[in-house]
Amino acid sequence: MSLFGFSLRPRRAKTAQTAKDRLQILLAHERHDGSDGPDYLPMLQADILAVIGKYMQIKEDDVDIQMERNDEISSLEINIEIPSAKQEKPVASGLRGRRAR
Amino acid sequence: MTQLKDKDPLGKVIVITSGKGGVGKTTSAAAIAAALAKRGHKTVVIDFDVGLRNLDMIMGCERRVVFDFINVIQGEARLKQALIKDKRLDTLSILPTSQTRDKDALTQDGVEKVLNELKEQFDYIICDSPAGIERGAQLAMYFADEAVVVTNPEVSSVRDSDRVLGLLASKTKRAEDEGTEVKAQVLLTRHDQRRVDAGEMMTIDDVLEILAVPLLGVVPESPAVLRASNVGMPIVLDEPSEASRAYEAAVARLLGEEVDMSMSKEKKPGFFSRLFGAPA
Ligand SMILES: Nc1ncnc2c1ncn2[C@@H]1O[C@H](COP(=O)(O)OP(=O)(O)OP(=O)(O)O)[C@@H](O)[C@H]1O
Ligand SMILES: [Mg+2]
Repeated sequence: MSLFGFSLRPRRAKTAQTAKDRLQILLAHERHDGSDGPDYLPMLQADILAVIGKYMQIKEDDVDIQMERNDEISSLEINIEIPSAKQEKPVASGLRGRRAR
Repeated sequence: MTQLKDKDPLGKVIVITSGKGGVGKTTSAAAIAAALAKRGHKTVVIDFDVGLRNLDMIMGCERRVVFDFINVIQGEARLKQALIKDKRLDTLSILPTSQTRDKDALTQDGVEKVLNELKEQFDYIICDSPAGIERGAQLAMYFADEAVVVTNPEVSSVRDSDRVLGLLASKTKRAEDEGTEVKAQVLLTRHDQRRVDAGEMMTIDDVLEILAVPLLGVVPESPAVLRASNVGMPIVLDEPSEASRAYEAAVARLLGEEVDMSMSKEKKPGFFSRLFGAPA
């Protein structure tokens, strides 16, 4: 692909290529996001909280957003911890007894 | 020896600072944090260089940044959400900074709140300071319990380190409120023994004589540093090298262990102490 590079390529230290690849992926995202950066994420999070909040009670801490930026595609993983019965106070012994036997 | 004994209730804040830019603060912050975590200490490393985020690349987690230090300070995200768990060491976390905002987004109250919260969860909080002596650098050092002053054996770096040592002694919370001192130690990096031998580079003793603070360690100029940064590995997690051993030894000293400094002394040490002097 490059005009002069093909015979030199294989000899190039492998880590330099890794460095270039990492930068290309990262900078493509940074340039694309521009100065707005990933700052929509706080708003996205607030919206998610509001929507879920219509149906059940959750705290801000119960929303976990993970991102993995890749070459072709980036993924945004949103995990919401939904409160279960056991969070509603430990009614304790009765329940535990039933489970045991 | 001191592994399980003294379980400090609160984590210790250590700032990695220098005044001069490009001397190896971020490299050192990443290496020190990873070496502490490798030893089982719960450690977080924070990027204070707002607007010039780089610690994430050196730590190799740049693709996983969602929220950052500034989002937390401004109440847009919880600390828990901004912390990135290292995939190699479960005792290690990274708190990245913002790439899009500027240093004014850091507030003293905000920094204090975040640090206090981190102190509850971590044994060590490593603060990677920006260059200079302005707001960002001052806030990075303000709440520190200890400081590592990264210095190159070169005139402007040593001069700036001296300036920073002055700030550590006066412009920190410990200095202002409690009249106690931030314990400061010098980490001499990019040391080149051949150039010292040729009389082209100041010796370790020259630098220490000028700065008059204890020496935490000497990290040689090493091609391993660039290699590790290419692949996003803190140097102590990459292939063993002279530089990684130097950082491991520095961290052992940071933890109060007595590690022979022979490796870094000008007088040539014996082969064996050279090779095995610094336990991993
Ligand atoms: N011991 C070493 N041997 C060789 N190169 C090194 C060494 N330490 C640091 N470097 C190189 O020096 C450059 C600056 O390092 P680094 O980014 O850690 O400095 P910094 O003090 O954090 O810079 P800044 O002030 O911009 O934040 C990098 O290219 C790094 O690879
Ligand atoms: Mg830096």
